[in-house]
Amino acid sequence: MLNTFGANSLRSGPDARGRFGEFGGRFVAETLMPLILEVEAAYNAAKADPSFQRELDAYLKDYVGRPSPLWFAQRLTKALGGAKVYFKRDELNHTGAHKINSCMGQIILAKRMGKTRIIAETGAGQHGVATATVAALFGLPCTVYMGATDVARQAPNVFRMKLLGAEVKPVTSGASTLKDAMNEALRDWVSNVRDTFYIIGTVAGPHPYPQMVRDFQSVIGEEAKAQMHAVEGRLPDMCVAAIGGGSNAMGLFHPFLDDASVRLVGVEAAGHGLDTLQHAASLSRGRPGVLHGNRTFLLQDEDGQIQEAHSISAGLDYPGIGPEHSWLHDIGRVEYVSATDTEALDAFQLCTRTEGIIPALEPAHALAHVAKIAPAMSPEQIIIMNLCGRGDKDIFTVAEALGVTL
Amino acid sequence: MSRIAARFATLKAEGRGALIPFLEAWDPDPATSMEILRGMPAAGADLIEIGCPFTDPMADGPTVQLAGRRALNVGATMVHTLAMVREFRTENNEIPIVLMGYLNPILSYGTARFCTDAAASGVDGLIIVDLPSEEADLMAADAAKNGLDIIRLVAPTTDEARLPLVLAGSSGFVYYVSITGVTGTRTASGAELADAIPRIRKFTDLPIAVGFGVRSPAQAAAAVAAADGAVVASALIDNMVSSLTPEGKAGPDSVRIVLDQVRELAEAVRAVRK
Repeated sequence: MLNTFGANSLRSGPDARGRFGEFGGRFVAETLMPLILEVEAAYNAAKADPSFQRELDAYLKDYVGRPSPLWFAQRLTKALGGAKVYFKRDELNHTGAHKINSCMGQIILAKRMGKTRIIAETGAGQHGVATATVAALFGLPCTVYMGATDVARQAPNVFRMKLLGAEVKPVTSGASTLKDAMNEALRDWVSNVRDTFYIIGTVAGPHPYPQMVRDFQSVIGEEAKAQMHAVEGRLPDMCVAAIGGGSNAMGLFHPFLDDASVRLVGVEAAGHGLDTLQHAASLSRGRPGVLHGNRTFLLQDEDGQIQEAHSISAGLDYPGIGPEHSWLHDIGRVEYVSATDTEALDAFQLCTRTEGIIPALEPAHALAHVAKIAPAMSPEQIIIMNLCGRGDKDIFTVAEALGVTL
Repeated sequence: MSRIAARFATLKAEGRGALIPFLEAWDPDPATSMEILRGMPAAGADLIEIGCPFTDPMADGPTVQLAGRRALNVGATMVHTLAMVREFRTENNEIPIVLMGYLNPILSYGTARFCTDAAASGVDGLIIVDLPSEEADLMAADAAKNGLDIIRLVAPTTDEARLPLVLAGSSGFVYYVSITGVTGTRTASGAELADAIPRIRKFTDLPIAVGFGVRSPAQAAAAVAAADGAVVASALIDNMVSSLTPEGKAGPDSVRIVLDQVRELAEAVRAVRK
């Protein structure tokens, strides 16, 4: 995990100030600044210590269930009639999503730092569940902040977190969604700096979080690359992943950034459509600003007030995006496209019927793009799509959208 | 000499500390907040801090969060906040005014244009909560060019190794965040202040104001006894809120109730001889 990439590598960021190009940084109140520096120093020390990686690897293998399989989605490929589609099956991880990859790394770091209390923010509840899970595993008290709107629409995950021993605090400020949960978690952290570790769920926040979460999630891309090599003996032609904050996408893309032949495509949530005010497409429709400790593309009005995002998928419902994505967008290395709620719902059903896999609504957005683009590609070409979460949590939302009463 | 330096020099000559009351621009509406601003100097304010509404005030407790939301709900923008200061300056050109806010609305305005317009409107200093020393170069040149003081926050977590870095780019005064927490929640004890303020004085000759958790006249007195100024925000807003109608509109007493409280605080602050 040591950063040994050359200066010309696209994988060498961030710089010493935590910047990816002009994005990233550490825009936090002074109260938190010493703590941010402490996390950075501890993370750098952990990266240089082989025993840290050994401990993490052991938990990832025997507790999380890594490596996750690379599955050739044969019936889906046939149905789309073009490129071969492989799923990187991170929905098979313990807790059902990729989130636990980073939670595991962060809680081992928290333990090394002597922190005795864990906090987290959550949108759909997947990150909250993953955090509550590792907190239970390590015997640390855990508080999860969740927007009151999300508490209402993700009741099963709220109950899961409580079963795991976490305290779930509904947040009623703002629109009561993920952005507001993150504000409240930061406020908690400011108030409890000395004993608390904040496990951030995505590749955003002040440096070193975007880098740290990316590094922990990069296991997805590293595995996928090796698995693809073993099965097909070559690189894929394209990798596709959904983007809210962007952690599953960063995890898949990062190991491929220097492989120029591999097209990397991030799929933002277009909600009701990019030309409505009801979407979560920070790159397509936002502009650079500062929120939650980093400079990145944000949905904001002309006065710099942050706007609410919308997506049928609570996990993509965030008005910002990780700063490394903003940079990759700027330099053109990654293509960023979008899929609407309706397209994601169609892809959700397509995946379920052709592959017997109920995907989360987040990767359903990635699949919606695959469904658009694969038919126009040749059968020799290969796509890896990150199936980053399972859809059990979403069946109520989907039923409602399809007009079914359960 | 800047208005801020001049004011602290005068206070030093008078042998007393500064009362720095806070109001959120356009809370609960433009006219009421303008009237409160206008009345503050006569009520005993020595400097005035004006909050710039932002949707995501991550260092603020519920009181200031809701103040910002009320202001945004009636359409407050950065342009309006600056206009308020400009209007105030037509009748008062002495009292220093400091804007407190978050970076994004300033970035959105454009840092260079913002500093030019803020100075032209009569603003003296800026407190930007989410702009720590590590990122300060973003604003430093534009602020300096326009004679705006950058007032840095120093927190209980800022240790002696870090203080020189934080103070290096500070001007006007130093804002000591007296608790590890958000605004309007806890209060630092006199003993904590007596320990913290001399630690900062070792590294700077700038005046030091204490904020976050200063609510009562007694607490304001304790703050100026240990430091050079006391910032009171949430307690004033809470009081104003108690005067609002059930619909959240200004009541008949909204202005008076805040200014009466400023008078009480000023009396306590002025009673402390330094």
